[in-house]
Amino acid sequence: MKSVEDLLKLKKEIQESIALREGGDKIKVVVGMGTCGIAAGAREVMSALLDELAKRRLTNVVVTQTGCIGLCAQEPLVDVFVPGKPRVTYGKVDAQKARQIVAQHIVNGIVINEWVVNK
Amino acid sequence: MMEELALHILDIMENSLAAGASLLELTILEDPVANRMIIELTDNGRGMSEKERQAALDPFFTSRTTRRVGLGLSLLRATAEQCGGSLTLVSQPGKGTRVVVTLELNHIDRPPLGDMGATIASILSREDPPEVYYYHQRGKEAFEFSTSWLKEQLGDIPVNLAPVLKWVQSHIDEGLKALYGGE
Ligand SMILES: Nc1ncnc2c1ncn2[C@@H]1O[C@H](COP(=O)(O)OP(=O)(O)OP(=O)(O)O)[C@@H](O)[C@H]1O
Ligand SMILES: [Mg+2]
Repeated sequence: MKSVEDLLKLKKEIQESIALREGGDKIKVVVGMGTCGIAAGAREVMSALLDELAKRRLTNVVVTQTGCIGLCAQEPLVDVFVPGKPRVTYGKVDAQKARQIVAQHIVNGIVINEWVVNK
Repeated sequence: MMEELALHILDIMENSLAAGASLLELTILEDPVANRMIIELTDNGRGMSEKERQAALDPFFTSRTTRRVGLGLSLLRATAEQCGGSLTLVSQPGKGTRVVVTLELNHIDRPPLGDMGATIASILSREDPPEVYYYHQRGKEAFEFSTSWLKEQLGDIPVNLAPVLKWVQSHIDEGLKALYGGE
């Protein structure tokens, strides 16, 4: 998955899938990317989230990032915003947990309480 | 703490975006003959006054409000100095900032470059992705990537979709692998 042909193939596929899903609010996932987050592994968390979403072709989810929010000991932090539901913050996330968050929370709507941090 | 240069690069790119930059130009030059590595990041963010610029390398200075120390630049400077190099900040208020890091290419303590594909994909994963131009030269060979080129290919498809970002990551990783002679 690296050549320009692959990119154009991907483009066509996305065009078709976006047309199917037009409308509807997006789910937002926010990864903490301050120095503390990066040093704790936030980039690997971001990569795992993108990989899992890409594999599942979930284009109705935006993954974005924020700086340090002052919970450095809990980094990497991941916030999940599902439209109409309260925000959920997960702490000490790693790549494995990030994939679970996609599978359980984003796809099935089940919050993984064990990993939630209370602010 | 930061085991890859690519993680430091992600960190200083985050600084640029925190300063409101919409354009990031990253140049990495590896010169095996001179035993030099130069990493240069230029942004069009809000820049720093001379006072801020000097303070920025002091870990007890930060414009953040969530924590009283700013670590990013101090950590990178420590890494550069430990590897026989330096970190220089050039900045002008309202114009932008340039961070220049030099290191000895063969220095035993020099962290490996690491996963630049993951770094660039991460920085582009946001609601309003910046323009990024990345040029990497090693000896006489070079690799380059730009979001303006990517957007041309994509047409009306946004850059910040997970499958597109995964493609960007592997495209850059493969490009650099070729630059390193397929190691
Ligand atoms: N590209 C830039 N443009 C404008 N100001 C910058 C830039 N990079 C750094 N600064 C200023 O220098 C300060 C120190 O940066 P540094 O990365 O060391 O710490 P930080 O970003 O504040 O916190 P941390 O990196 O630990 O999350 C910043 O708070 C900011 O005021
Ligand atoms: Mg910083």
